[in-house]
Amino acid sequence: MASSDFTLPDVGEGLTEAEIVSWKVKAGDTVEMNQVLVEIETAKSLVELPSPFAGTVSALLVEEGQTVEVGTPIITVSSDGEDVPATAVEEVSEIADTAATVAAVEEKSGAVLVGYGSAGHGGSRRRGAAVAAVPAPAAPAAKARPASVPAAAASVIIAKPPIRKLAKDLGVDLAEVSATGLAGEITRDDVIRQASQASVFRNIQTPEWGDQREERIPVKGVRKAIATAMVTSAFTAPHVSVFVDIDATRTMEFVKRLKNSTDFAGVRVSPLLIMAKAVIWAVRRNPTVNSTWTDKEIIVRHYVNLGIAAATPRGLIVPNVKDAQELSLLDLAKSLEQLTLTARDGKTQPAQMSGGTITITNIGSYGMDTGTPIINPGEAAIVALGSIRQKPWVVDGQVLPRYVTTVAASFDHRIVDGDVASRFVADLASVLEEPALLLD
Amino acid sequence: MSYTAATVQLLSTEGTLVTSDATAEYLPYIEKLTDDQLRDFHRQMVVIRKFDIDAANLQRQGQLAMWIPSLGQEAAQVGSGYAAKPQDHIFPSYREHVIARIRGVDLMRIIEMLRGLSHGGWDPKEHNNFHLYTLVLGSQTLHATGYAMGVLFDGATGTGNPDTDEAVIVYFGDGATSQGDANEALVFAASYQTPQVFFLQNNHWAISVPVTRQSRTPLYLRPGGFGIPGVQIDGNDVLASYAVTSANLDAARSGGGPRFIEALTYRMGAHTTSDDPTKYRDIEELEFWTKADPITRMEKFLRARGEGDAFFAEIEVEANDLAADIRHRTLALGVPDAEKMFNHVYSEPHPLMDAEQAWLENYEQSFEGGAA
Repeated sequence: MASSDFTLPDVGEGLTEAEIVSWKVKAGDTVEMNQVLVEIETAKSLVELPSPFAGTVSALLVEEGQTVEVGTPIITVSSDGEDVPATAVEEVSEIADTAATVAAVEEKSGAVLVGYGSAGHGGSRRRGAAVAAVPAPAAPAAKARPASVPAAAASVIIAKPPIRKLAKDLGVDLAEVSATGLAGEITRDDVIRQASQASVFRNIQTPEWGDQREERIPVKGVRKAIATAMVTSAFTAPHVSVFVDIDATRTMEFVKRLKNSTDFAGVRVSPLLIMAKAVIWAVRRNPTVNSTWTDKEIIVRHYVNLGIAAATPRGLIVPNVKDAQELSLLDLAKSLEQLTLTARDGKTQPAQMSGGTITITNIGSYGMDTGTPIINPGEAAIVALGSIRQKPWVVDGQVLPRYVTTVAASFDHRIVDGDVASRFVADLASVLEEPALLLD
Repeated sequence: MSYTAATVQLLSTEGTLVTSDATAEYLPYIEKLTDDQLRDFHRQMVVIRKFDIDAANLQRQGQLAMWIPSLGQEAAQVGSGYAAKPQDHIFPSYREHVIARIRGVDLMRIIEMLRGLSHGGWDPKEHNNFHLYTLVLGSQTLHATGYAMGVLFDGATGTGNPDTDEAVIVYFGDGATSQGDANEALVFAASYQTPQVFFLQNNHWAISVPVTRQSRTPLYLRPGGFGIPGVQIDGNDVLASYAVTSANLDAARSGGGPRFIEALTYRMGAHTTSDDPTKYRDIEELEFWTKADPITRMEKFLRARGEGDAFFAEIEVEANDLAADIRHRTLALGVPDAEKMFNHVYSEPHPLMDAEQAWLENYEQSFEGGAA
């Protein structure tokens, strides 16, 4: 009995990955040549993959809901006899030897870097890495669409690519935007208007109660890792949290000016960038917040690997920007953008999540004013940036609308006492109140 | 857009011959066909469909970069392909797999191209005047018109001898009719009165743009504006495709000037495997054209003429054998020698090609010491 792996092909032109939407076979099933094995979703479309082998399914190597790279083995099929060898990828080079047209194949076939039909060569080597890099399947509810309903039935959305990108960046679903363009197209203003409404009318559709009385979700993968980290942190490091309300109007003006500057064109600029710079500055003035407790000694880091807590489809992860103290404002902005994009795509590598020294969690992006964050294990402090919005604020005895936010931070009280904690947070607050302090 | 009152149909969806004033001038072409020829029409359609489906499977299995299905368009292609005489020159688009086969091109040449191993070359001279696939949309209409002008200048047409007079047939789609190239080709064809048939396969979709968006008039009326006669046929009727193309090629080769045929058919599959038609097409439309399937009606026609199960079983086997053979040979394909890249850029030796080839060899040799 020979067994063969079917590796995920590039079914479009130059696609690099696809999501396994649903398996049409299971282990133990007998499959025929060209029988549909699985439905996958690429960046372009839903596609059914026919089997290149006849035989018995030994194992499904990828779970539904997972996104895997082209070239990853997804299923193993064992053939019952030797009557179907022509299809097994392993057989190819043997056949090639006898093919008169391809005399050069023998020495060249191993050196193929790209191309079609050559994916089998690297198959077995890649399997371990590919599976390890893909932890638990997250609930794919957000991405799944019913295959049986043709999308053509939906009303047509007209929007130029930059507008589509803007909508994606702002998290706006174009299907919900009312278009005001002359030809019925969605304009930039439409998207921005929807984005501001979206913060109010978000998730107004409430799903039905589950049809079972209780649901049991296995604790595994990222969820399990988060739980372990949180318990470790909460029950070994005694937490203390402090808060301060501040007027961040000048930060908002600074962000606006940066966005309009030519140097920052095309780079995502947000208050988080100013906060990141503020944290680096305040760490230099209060080094103990950037340290690790080891029972025997306290290791104070004179560099900042700045962690950013990121919600991803698979759960919370905290990748960090290495040696962030070395970066200019522009490079820091680029690094933060890259880090968030990588996390959102689920491509963050383990190395990017290790070695952090201090963390920022941007709960303001969920509209929250503040919170008491739990420290990332191995660090001594975590800063929460709350939402920034106009509120009444007293300036020289007058109530004025100002952009107000709350800065919160939690500290490991074994290392950091109230005085250092307060000075550190006060430093952050002063930068957000007056970003010009960064000129120091 | 489906059939109109003007659509010439010789074989109904029920598999019966349509006799009317409109079909009277074409039916004699059918009456002259032998049983073997009629069987061949059916055989080619069935075999190419199996090949087409299996080639798409090979793409989904990672063996081809892309596949361009011809599913549903078999009758338009087989009928017109057989209508061309040996001396005629055929300029395909990129979906006419069965005509390539009829003219003696090994289908592996198409497989190799879509696997990225070749640029799709074959010598038309050695393949019964079947010219190259043209992936640039519509430009083959100009190549064909230019060639037809050459035939005219050579005096190789219009002499009154139907066995040697040459004609040209060019295939293109509804999307190409919106291109400048196709319109320019019509202008020149009309000006020079080329011995040429423009064969439009209106499969109703230019990737995701429906033909109704592209044209306010039925497309067979367009050539009228250029002074070229146009006719609309049921492109899923292999007999209409054969007879009407034969009549028009005969007219062209005997000095009658260019002709235009719009064959109404339907792209049952995707534009290519890179496309997802479920995103823009209605199920109803697909159902209409499924009922108009070219193979089903030809089978009914042949059975009514007394063809038995044995014949249909035989072509089934032939189709499966061809598909298996193509699969086998596809899996056995190697990587062509890099030299091949440089050999056909210029017809004569060229210093730049030599330099680039030397660079590549040098580069590839740099791997053997270290990486291997």
